[in-house]
Amino acid sequence: MTVPIQCTPDETFVLNLGPQHPATHGVLRVKLTMDGEYVVKAEPVLGYIHRMHEKMAESGTFAQFMPNTPRMDYLSALSYNQGYVMAVERAAGIEVPERAEYIRTITVELNRISSHLLWFGAFVLDLGGFTPLLYAFDDREKILDLLERITGSRLTYCYYRFGGVYNDIDDEFIAGTREFIKRLRSRLPSMYHDLVTGNIILIKRLRDIGFVTQETCRKYGATGPVLRGSGVQYDVRKNEPYSVYPELDFDIPCYPEGDSMARYMVRMDEITQSLRIIEQALDKLPEGPVNAKVPKVLKPGAGDCYCAVEAARGTFGCRLVCDGGKNPYRLKLRSPTFSNLSLFGEVAEGMILADALAFMGSLDLVIPCIDR
Amino acid sequence: MSDYWSDVINGTRSLVIGMNITVRELFKPVITEQYPHFVPVMTPRFRGHIELIGNEETGLPNCVVCGMCQRACPSSCITVAGEKPEGSKKKVLTKYILDFTKCSLCGSCVESCNFNAIKFSHDYNLASTRKEDYIFDLVKRLEEQS
Repeated sequence: MTVPIQCTPDETFVLNLGPQHPATHGVLRVKLTMDGEYVVKAEPVLGYIHRMHEKMAESGTFAQFMPNTPRMDYLSALSYNQGYVMAVERAAGIEVPERAEYIRTITVELNRISSHLLWFGAFVLDLGGFTPLLYAFDDREKILDLLERITGSRLTYCYYRFGGVYNDIDDEFIAGTREFIKRLRSRLPSMYHDLVTGNIILIKRLRDIGFVTQETCRKYGATGPVLRGSGVQYDVRKNEPYSVYPELDFDIPCYPEGDSMARYMVRMDEITQSLRIIEQALDKLPEGPVNAKVPKVLKPGAGDCYCAVEAARGTFGCRLVCDGGKNPYRLKLRSPTFSNLSLFGEVAEGMILADALAFMGSLDLVIPCIDR
Repeated sequence: MSDYWSDVINGTRSLVIGMNITVRELFKPVITEQYPHFVPVMTPRFRGHIELIGNEETGLPNCVVCGMCQRACPSSCITVAGEKPEGSKKKVLTKYILDFTKCSLCGSCVESCNFNAIKFSHDYNLASTRKEDYIFDLVKRLEEQS
């Protein structure tokens, strides 16, 4: 339990966490005002990896911004790719063939699993367990191999195009994906749940630590597993369905406790649900073209549109303003990690430092996604 | 007190389960690739840096110096130059420089090409400490390949 503490300012000291620190997984700096082992005030300092993505979008054509999208969140690159592509498609009124939508769903869910697997490994590593990381990477490697075969890269995929996908998937990919689903399903109960979820050390470190209430989530705009771990059943895939999600049967895992354990469980259940989605999408995969006819130089009419997708860390939104030219007039990118990090300062107050780091791990921060 | 004993029992159980799984994995085959001894094979769609495609008959580049790749590149890392020999209607490629220090391997150039003139190479061992090693003269590279 976190206990509120009282002390006078002259008894505190400042601890600089980061910008290079193994527990922050990137160049995030947190200025911690400490009273002994207790955090009195936590203040995240951002901007170490700011790359002006939004400005870069304005200075290039619509297609030229495409390689930037996976660089924002390198772990669930395809979700970001999809969010941007969907926004431009909405602005230009492009219809995407059904097969392409199914391929997008399959690949994006594979990417979500790989992102959660990496989070699982890194999170348990933060808590001091090294072995599960290697098991998670073993499974993640299979996904990377599958996606490399079709997209051509292993991490910063740029696979979607306006009106479709880069190229079609083949039978070997489909067979490999089915084999992977079987493999992960057989490994999840023993390698993940028995070894880690049921482990007493993990339970003691996570249960009743780092309470995030629904009110806090609303205040800071937290989404994704952080919000669902606080008992709000909100997922863009269900609440504002896009792509082919309405045709697929899946549940939104939701835990009302709001502690770190709840967020952990949400992500672990999401892996199972993503496997379900991929399996159904593979069964329903229609034949047909994977690309719509799109002019080489896109010039959407003047207007304003917004498109949101559910990335592995929460809602990724793209607001695109066009003035009828070859370049976007303005592109606003709403990244989930920024909102999820914002509540860290408030919730971490009064925690022991080690718990605050465990709590930070449970938020699943990806730093390039915060700064953009 | 009962909490203490339930912790001890649960802790022992976690330990036994954990050791059981890790010992079982210990005797499974090694899954990591022993990199310098075994070299990975790149998949056909692997996106390496670009290289020119030569004509099957003549061996000369397919490139017609239209400059589409140069315009499509978001980081402007391609420089193309050509000249029209006397009596010829088509331009001939004289220079194709790829500045790989700026390239993000997005493949926009390959997609924009209408003449089947560039493709992705499968090179990935490109580490170097000198900048000059990343300025690729693709015309020279094609000559060396043929």
